[in-house]
Amino acid sequence: MATVILETRGLTKTYAGVQANTDIDFDLPEGQIRALIGPNGAGKTTFVGMLCGRIPVTRGKVIFDGRDISGLPAHKRITLGIAYTFQITSVFAGLSVHENIALAARRAGGNAARVTETLERVGLADRADQTAGDLSYGHQRILEIGMGLAQSPRLFILDEPTQGLAESEVAAFKTLITGLKNTTILLIEHNMSVVMETADYITVLDQGMTLAEGTPDAIRANRAVRAAYLGTADA
Amino acid sequence: MNRPLALHLVVIAALAAAFFVLPDYHSGNLARIMVLAVYAMGYNLAFGYTGLLSLGHALFFAAGMYGLALSMQHLSLTAIPALMVALIASALVAGITGALALRTRGVAFMIVTLMFAQAGYLTALYFVQYTRGDEGFVLPQAVRQIAGVDLSSAMGRYFAALILFSVTLLIIGALVRAPFGRTLIAIRENEARATMLGYDVQRRKWLALVASGTISGMAGAAYALLFGYAGASFAAVPYSIFPLLYVLLGGAGTTLGPLVGAVFMFYLIDLSSGVTDAYMLVAGVVLVLLTLFLPQGLLGTLRKRWVPWLP
Ligand SMILES: Nc1ncnc2c1ncn2[C@@H]1O[C@H](COP(=O)(O)OP(=O)(O)OP(=O)(O)O)[C@@H](O)[C@H]1O
Ligand SMILES: [Mg+2]
Repeated sequence: MATVILETRGLTKTYAGVQANTDIDFDLPEGQIRALIGPNGAGKTTFVGMLCGRIPVTRGKVIFDGRDISGLPAHKRITLGIAYTFQITSVFAGLSVHENIALAARRAGGNAARVTETLERVGLADRADQTAGDLSYGHQRILEIGMGLAQSPRLFILDEPTQGLAESEVAAFKTLITGLKNTTILLIEHNMSVVMETADYITVLDQGMTLAEGTPDAIRANRAVRAAYLGTADA
Repeated sequence: MNRPLALHLVVIAALAAAFFVLPDYHSGNLARIMVLAVYAMGYNLAFGYTGLLSLGHALFFAAGMYGLALSMQHLSLTAIPALMVALIASALVAGITGALALRTRGVAFMIVTLMFAQAGYLTALYFVQYTRGDEGFVLPQAVRQIAGVDLSSAMGRYFAALILFSVTLLIIGALVRAPFGRTLIAIRENEARATMLGYDVQRRKWLALVASGTISGMAGAAYALLFGYAGASFAAVPYSIFPLLYVLLGGAGTTLGPLVGAVFMFYLIDLSSGVTDAYMLVAGVVLVLLTLFLPQGLLGTLRKRWVPWLP
């Protein structure tokens, strides 16, 4: 059995009375592509925010690679080998595409070759000198994914990366994500075709709690999940 | 050699030549402008590059000024050791101010730095027996020299100012192209993203502020040394606003913007005061026009429209 790269115990977040996450116990084996799905407001962004230290926890533990990282600030967690893309696109809008990728690569010990390679890989090589803020929305999202890749992360957390991408870009994303080696992926996704085609395993959150976990087939067949989430779309 | 470095060297050479070409009145002005430009270059590192809008840089300018002037006046230090005292004093003051003020951001940061500077100003007034308060004190001509060069002479003063300016320009020019400087720009652009790439944003902001405050402090020390006077008015609010104006005018986040802004403002006030008593009004109107029509400043606009490689 693969080793667990990330686990949480009793992870809980309360925003001024709103219980966004309640006692989440979560285990992610190394090398897996895990999809995290659930209806709007289920607490997905909150959950991954607590994993990478962006959002302070109310209670509970985060363990990465056997080490309790609950007390570490976000930037330190990132340097342990975690990359994160925001649900709302967040790039260095005033800097060039190349500089965006370089900033990501450099912190992770990457050289100029890695920058070039990443630009090629996400198909932004011919736009390397453009200002990131001038790119189309879709290209900005792709740039942000590229910044994650440039870090060569051990754990890559993506919050709805395909939102707003064109069909062809979504297809390219699927290929990209399934082709990654040595990277564990935690993918928040609303696009069911992406989830079903890329994920090894799925966790369903609902109202801040784990509703179900299982393989794509098992989740598709799960009645509680269909009622909470897939219901109208699938029935 | 890269273009930014070549440009900086050309500017330095032009300033050196200017001394021999310009009439005394203007080369005297230019010496003062170069020192003020160094002050603004320090400010630009915090504001223009790192995005830290400080309203309290007079505190660092004054820390350097008093560090030098008080230690010369009361401890009889010579210029070089006194410059060292000024360096340490301004770095220390910036370090402490930064450690506290950087717990806040945005408007709160502006207010906290303003308050710190105000506290510094009041401290200078409080110790009136040493500082002579607003009235200030004069450094005797005899002590204003380094290695036998008389810094109160037109030429000594001009070239001392030019050396300080050149060293600062070359350091900042290298710094903003180095990984550390690129990271400061990234922090200015998007702090959350920089953090989520693994950069220790808080520490880097602090380092930037210390470097910024130290450069501004060296300008304060040079001002006292070259013009022979230290007074509390340099610690007051207007002196926190001046570098902001120079930088906004010249172009925030450009290496030469502070110089351009300082030249522009200096002569704007100089010329308009010859025409009308309401010269500050003229200066104000021009400023409003510039911010309305050239929000990125002179060099910022130049870079955006025509010269993308401008450092
Ligand atoms: N900063 C905040 N302050 C207060 N409440 C918040 C905050 N952030 C999120 N919430 C609430 O917490 C709950 C979970 O939000 P979260 O963003 O984690 O959901 P999500 O599953 O990512 O939703 P979506 O699919 O829309 O992105 C929601 O009810 C939301 O309104
Ligand atoms: Mg979300």
